[in-house]
Amino acid sequence: MKWIEADFSQNTSVVMATYQEFIQQNEERDGVRFSWNVWPSSRLEATRMVVPLACLFTPLKERPDLPPIQYEPVLCSRATCRAVLNPLCQVDYRAKLWACNFCFQRNQFSPSYSGISEVNQPAELLPQFSTIEYVVKRGTPAPLIFLYVVDTCLEEDDLQALKESLQMSLSLLPPNALVGLITFGRMVQVHELNCEGISKSYVFRGTKDLTAKQIQDMLGLTKPPAPVQGRAPQPQEHPGISSRFLQPVQKIDMNLTDLLGELQRDPWPVSQGKRPLRSSGVAISIAVGLLEGSFPNTGARIMLFTGGPPTQGPGMVVGDELKAPIRSWHDIEKDNARYLKKATKHYEALANRAAVNGQCIDIYACALDQTGLLELKCCCNLTGGYIVMGDSFNTSLFKQTFQRVFSKGLQGDFRMAFGATLEIKTTRELKIAGAIGTCVSLNSKGTSVSENELGVGGTCQWKICSLDPCTTLGIYFEVVNQHNAPIPQGGRGAIQFVTQYQHSSGQRRIRVTTVARNWADAQSQLQQIEAAFDQEASAVLMARLGVFRAESEEGPDVLRWLDRQLIRLCQKFGQFHKDDPDSFRLSETFSLYPQFMFHLRRSPFLQVFNNSPDESSYYRHHFMRQDLTQSLIMIQPILYSYSFYGPPEPVLLDSSSILPDRILLMDTFFQIVIYHGETIAQWRQAGYQDMQEYENFKQLLQAPLDDGQDILQTRFPMPRYVDTEHGRSQARFLLSKVNPSQTYNNLYAWGQESGAPILTDDVSLQVFMDHLKKLAVSSAS
Amino acid sequence: MSQQGYVATPPYAQAKPGMGGYSTGFGSTTPQPHYVHYGGTGQPYSAAQAGHLKPPHGHPPDPSQFGQTNLQNGIYNPGNQIPSYAVPSPCSGQTSPLQSHGSNTQANYQNVAQPLFTQQVTGQLDAMQIGDHGSSPVHPQNTPSLSGPPLRPSFQGSQPQQFLPPISSPTSQGLPIAPAVPAAAVPPGMPPPPRVGMHVGLAGPNQGSVAYQQVPGQPPLIGYLPQQGGMYGGQQRGLQQNYPGAYPGAPATGAQLAGPQQKKLDPDSIPSPIQVIEEDKLRRSGQLFVTNTKGQVPPLVTTNCVVQDQGNASPRFIRCTTYCFPSTADMAKQCQIPLAAVIKPFAILPPNEAPLCVVSHGESGPIRCNRCKAYMCPLMQFIEGGRRYQCGFCNCINEVPPFYFQHLDHMGRRLDHYDKPELSLGSYEFMATLDYCKNSKPPNPPAFIFMIDVSYSNIKIGCVKLICEELKTLLDKLPREDQAESSAIRVGFVTYNKVLHFYNLKSSLAQPQMLVVSDVGEMFVPLLDGFLVDVQDSRPVINNLLDQIPEMFADTSESETVFAPVIQAGLEALKAAECSGKLFIFHSSLPTAEAPGKLRNRDDRKLVNTEKEKTLFQPQSNFYETLAKDCVANSCCVDVFLFPNQYVDVTTMGIVPMSTGGSLYKYNNFQIQTDAELFLNNLRKDVQKPIGFDAIMRVRTNTGFRATDFLGSMYMNNTTDVEVAAIDCDKAITVEFKHDDKLNEENGALIQCALLYTNVAGHRRLRIHNLALNCSSQHADLYKSCETDALINLFAKSAYRAILSQPLKNVREILVNQTAHILACYRKNCASPSSAGQLILPEAMKLLPVYMNCLLKSYVLLGSPDLPTDERAFQRLLVTCMDVVGTQSFFYPRLLPIHKMDVNSEEFPAAVRCSEERLADGGIFLLENGVNMFLWFGLNSQPELIQGIFNVPSFAHINTDLTSLPELDNPYSKKMRSIITNIRNQNPYSMKMIILKQKDKAEGIFRQFLVEDKGLHGGASYVDFLCYVHKEIRQLLT
Repeated sequence: MKWIEADFSQNTSVVMATYQEFIQQNEERDGVRFSWNVWPSSRLEATRMVVPLACLFTPLKERPDLPPIQYEPVLCSRATCRAVLNPLCQVDYRAKLWACNFCFQRNQFSPSYSGISEVNQPAELLPQFSTIEYVVKRGTPAPLIFLYVVDTCLEEDDLQALKESLQMSLSLLPPNALVGLITFGRMVQVHELNCEGISKSYVFRGTKDLTAKQIQDMLGLTKPPAPVQGRAPQPQEHPGISSRFLQPVQKIDMNLTDLLGELQRDPWPVSQGKRPLRSSGVAISIAVGLLEGSFPNTGARIMLFTGGPPTQGPGMVVGDELKAPIRSWHDIEKDNARYLKKATKHYEALANRAAVNGQCIDIYACALDQTGLLELKCCCNLTGGYIVMGDSFNTSLFKQTFQRVFSKGLQGDFRMAFGATLEIKTTRELKIAGAIGTCVSLNSKGTSVSENELGVGGTCQWKICSLDPCTTLGIYFEVVNQHNAPIPQGGRGAIQFVTQYQHSSGQRRIRVTTVARNWADAQSQLQQIEAAFDQEASAVLMARLGVFRAESEEGPDVLRWLDRQLIRLCQKFGQFHKDDPDSFRLSETFSLYPQFMFHLRRSPFLQVFNNSPDESSYYRHHFMRQDLTQSLIMIQPILYSYSFYGPPEPVLLDSSSILPDRILLMDTFFQIVIYHGETIAQWRQAGYQDMQEYENFKQLLQAPLDDGQDILQTRFPMPRYVDTEHGRSQARFLLSKVNPSQTYNNLYAWGQESGAPILTDDVSLQVFMDHLKKLAVSSAS
Repeated sequence: MSQQGYVATPPYAQAKPGMGGYSTGFGSTTPQPHYVHYGGTGQPYSAAQAGHLKPPHGHPPDPSQFGQTNLQNGIYNPGNQIPSYAVPSPCSGQTSPLQSHGSNTQANYQNVAQPLFTQQVTGQLDAMQIGDHGSSPVHPQNTPSLSGPPLRPSFQGSQPQQFLPPISSPTSQGLPIAPAVPAAAVPPGMPPPPRVGMHVGLAGPNQGSVAYQQVPGQPPLIGYLPQQGGMYGGQQRGLQQNYPGAYPGAPATGAQLAGPQQKKLDPDSIPSPIQVIEEDKLRRSGQLFVTNTKGQVPPLVTTNCVVQDQGNASPRFIRCTTYCFPSTADMAKQCQIPLAAVIKPFAILPPNEAPLCVVSHGESGPIRCNRCKAYMCPLMQFIEGGRRYQCGFCNCINEVPPFYFQHLDHMGRRLDHYDKPELSLGSYEFMATLDYCKNSKPPNPPAFIFMIDVSYSNIKIGCVKLICEELKTLLDKLPREDQAESSAIRVGFVTYNKVLHFYNLKSSLAQPQMLVVSDVGEMFVPLLDGFLVDVQDSRPVINNLLDQIPEMFADTSESETVFAPVIQAGLEALKAAECSGKLFIFHSSLPTAEAPGKLRNRDDRKLVNTEKEKTLFQPQSNFYETLAKDCVANSCCVDVFLFPNQYVDVTTMGIVPMSTGGSLYKYNNFQIQTDAELFLNNLRKDVQKPIGFDAIMRVRTNTGFRATDFLGSMYMNNTTDVEVAAIDCDKAITVEFKHDDKLNEENGALIQCALLYTNVAGHRRLRIHNLALNCSSQHADLYKSCETDALINLFAKSAYRAILSQPLKNVREILVNQTAHILACYRKNCASPSSAGQLILPEAMKLLPVYMNCLLKSYVLLGSPDLPTDERAFQRLLVTCMDVVGTQSFFYPRLLPIHKMDVNSEEFPAAVRCSEERLADGGIFLLENGVNMFLWFGLNSQPELIQGIFNVPSFAHINTDLTSLPELDNPYSKKMRSIITNIRNQNPYSMKMIILKQKDKAEGIFRQFLVEDKGLHGGASYVDFLCYVHKEIRQLLT
């Protein structure tokens, strides 16, 4: 601890300040944060850097200042390249030629660029437009599609709350958005929305998996063979057919409101000792099949609202016998989870189908017990859908989160985009190793694809079915330049991100971000490289790698791998005398990194202890999609302290910060915890805040609440809000996060007054660092 | 005989391959010339009869006269009759008045019927016709062998015991007399020609004995031979040898048959169904039939009488082919008379008969024999002062449970004999306890599910709207338990084309909700709550739905339908609701949509008359059979209303209704204007009729014989239990019995039919019908106790089943052979010796040939490519569940001369025989057979009648498109309509009335029902057939 404080106090050098600014600028402009901002110029050196060359990329980084360009991008004519004209390209204004900076192909400008000159440059050539957005005018804008898939096996008040939320949501949708409704319980019902009089729905058995073709046949979506007699021209599209189930909100919102109002709990009896039969697996399958049939390759949101685990049919997660509990981590480790593999396979297949079709699946799971998110998560992970987990639909957590799905951005657009493909182009010294985030591979093998995969690799294109301005991918590269082929001084490597997507307005848009970084010889210019290290981005990128591994590997293996990486990094960049731990120093650009790793090791992303498989899936899902700032909060929660002694201040995430006369506000991203110290709690209980003379106490109490509200208002999904105090059971949320610098083991060594002891056997940061130093300096490794 | 029934088994030893020739020949329309020849040949035959008739001529029947005429004397076996004679006859006096009466009044029919059966009746006469016989010409035949004069009195004496003494049937008396009054005999309007035949016959009596013996047999041969070429095979050859030169060229037979004999056999001289029916009516109509005696032969089905249950089940519930069983298997085999009972457990009793009592034996359930499990009934014998009882069926001695104990009186009868229905009545019900319920849970009230095909064709013909409109009112009339305020039956609705639409009709809903299930491959019920609803509670929602259904699908273009999934859906719904019930399916077309049970059009009339013809009556796949089994297991009864405009494969689609105790209705080319009323009547009847669900029937018998075969619309999972998803008041099950041991003549043959079912209120009940039959080792006893109507019922059902496994021609052959055999056996064992050329029919079976011929000519057995396969399959299924009344009128339609109706009387005009000869240009005839109804107008029909009925001035103005008569306020119209209403009410099926004018094109269909004539599509005339049978008999006898 002391050591870190020392690091903080040392404070900034000029270089660092520069780089920090640079990094920040870049992030704001391009939505890109690289682990290294100066790139080691050879493969060998790059691998020795331990932290791979990678970046966090936010494709739709909110850029209110960025006017969309109303024409289409100019592409490199080389078929294997097709890079977009960008400010890094060399342009021969006289010859009206431009050279591709990725493949060096020389391209002729099209006639429409005939007026081009040094003084009359198109936007895409201006340096400030390293990120630029084109609007594609081809085709008619497709409406947004929202398909509600609603579980009816809910408690009465839960269902009521959900119905109200859904009814409310109709007013939030753009009027031309298409909306559909599928309900399920023991059976799955697809509701027809344009019917007069009798309400009509198609019912499917909840136990039978159907192919898309079958579903379409059964819903009557397949075009009837043209009647022979009717030779009359029948060029009319078939909007009518698909729109039986998906109708513009403005047209049927009364109808749908009534329909939702009449929605009943699943009527099939549930006998004692049984779970209700819930056919989520088939319901999703039908939703996917329905959209596949009616709206191929059109962005859409399938929103699953469920109050429990699938208990029958394909994708069942647990049987309907209550005496057989849903799988726990323990069962999974013991290979005792009967349905896990089959269910996962089912949902993966569905998720892939949805992804191919450009449609995303959201899951809003509200129940006290697990709901099968572990199996279902791939639906969201692969398609970019949201997972929202709550205790009940009748909570503000759900209600507000759901409402926030439909929130609008600065320009009045919905903060959502669909059916995106992200393509990455690199200069020849670099290859793409993979991506980690809510995406699926499009299996586009190109020359710039590395053989070594990190994350979802083997491709230079990914599909992201749904994304919002925060959606962030970790993208990993490999330096392939050989050691013996040095890059000329001043050479820069460039990367171009081309994101094509369906804007919430229905337009197709293409956003192009082109970035370049300097190459440096790692042997001669290690200092530069070190200085350009972005430890925050690196921590998040390494964490993503770790979490990615954790999905498929045993937890301890991942931790060991992380530890080894950390040790290697310390060995590479630390300054020390061999075998003298006390001599170990890290430069400022690395100084926070070990601490991030310490908290990462303790985080729910890698520790499954105390978390259900569902919770782990939920946490990981969000970790994989949030941007750097949020990710860092998730790794190392933020703690603010409120006291009479001064303004609120961030304090160490340490048990020593827990003091009787403080109010603490912790933000873990998933939870907002307000913790009243022992004394404060007593005062509050005594009601001092209600006395006029203690107005200041009242204000003190109020301050964290207000700050908490601020966070609650902006965060998606809305965090769990916990207001607790010393000695309360919910204080555990705080106690489990802080660095256990005081435990019952060392309590007396630290004296009475300094914070709260944590009842844990976990190592504290101090112990962790001591070990790290020891290992780093050890000559044995 | 094996389980499959005698028809299925190879014919007795005598069956000849050559028969094939017969059948085809029979079937094909015979060329006219042959017919003529035949007629000629027939003549001698009639002559033979005439010979018999002659004695009556002599009038007050004198034994001596008969003695001369008949050849039978020698053969006559006195043994049979001795017992009966032995009994002194108190009633001798009664007979004479009857005789005299008969002779005068009944001249008409007498002449018609007599000629043939006079000869026969020997054996039966004594027992059966009692007084009549004494008087009858027949009697005399017997007498010779016995001492003439004593015979008569003794004979009469026997009657009183067995029959109702006083009213000895006029018929029998009439018989002898008839010939005496030839002129009177001629029905009005009848052409005289037959007369000639008679006269000829009469002329010859003396020679008769000689001449006829040979002749009668030959003539038929001649008739047939030319038609059939050499097909007769061995038989014929044999015959030909006898009469070598005679046949080929000239049909005229041997030398004996002279030219004059070429005249046609007089139809009036052969047994007439009408006469028999009328005689029985005269004799027993309006009387009380008390079932207190073992083995009583009940009146004919056509005779109206009141039945009083005094220990045996009413003939309304059970009718037997014979009321006296042969005591040994050998004897049964010898006579070939099938032993069977036609049981209609839910028969409706007329209001003037006591309804069934319901008995409760408390929580322990009905008292049953420990060994054979027979239920307490009048056939149980209480012994040891009432402490024990001996089971009448298995003779096991059981303890009487203490709560049931009662002292016996001096007769050995319990003191409470008359207080307890189960001790004094033939039919009653027990309350069943939980032991008799599925899963030992009281059943839920049953449900009705209406499943309407809403595909294009059904919508187009307006059928859907019609159904929906009708249901609105019909739902108020669901069957309910007596005294219940409202029906406990819940209802559900499904519409479908190639997908199914279920409706949620929960009373809390403002609008019904439609749930579409397209997964027809694996049907399921999409909702539980709200599908089956109480009519009262959900009335507004139901009405709303029924209003909307026709609209919703008004523009449909969906023409494909599914069928099996519809049944499955209903089945699943009932399963889910854990209740029994009935599906009403209104279906239009062949289910060709991709789904289980998909059918293809496989109608191929080229198969008719080939080995493969049977495939037309076999289902396309066994899918529906399995489905039917499922339905029965879950007590789901299926009624199907078909509205086809082309082939719909009734065979396959009818399996489920037929196996579940349901009904099948078919309306070809349904037109709303003409057929709506017919359909609605059927629907109304079908919905409202008394019905029992989830039924299991078990027939117990005493030792010596047992039930071996069951025919009807039902399902058998094992060999003893008849399972029916639901059984209604019109369904009859025919049970065949076989000996497995000797029967004790004293005990007789006892039958107990127990039917466990759930009534409309959801109560479990056991319906018991007991019947005690006689048993005898004398053929004569057996023959006189037969009931031809029941026999035909059995023959029909069994033949209709046999065609599934055998070529049609075999089946026909077997039927004919068996007919011949039965009659030959009689001739051999009961009739007094007579010339082989004489046809002798047992009195009780004298209609067997005519009815059998009708059966052979029925669509199903006819095998003509002109007949639509669906129609044949439909009739096949129809007959399968018919009771005796149904088969009787189905095979021998009722032909009423309307022009002779008496507007002042309640009665129908007396029916006439179904032959063209009976029609008259100046007549109006109503013909009905329970399925079809025709009103035929002769060219010269009386204008005032036409005016009265139609309110049009003349024949030419009659609108034949009408399906009902205008309601006019005049006696003709009233009478006419009351006749039609009456007929409709009597029949389970509602009939469409077709109006025909003589010489119209459409007349052809009508003619098919004139069953005594040669069939349009083949099939022999009555006369031809009789001759043929006679020939067969002779063959058997030699």
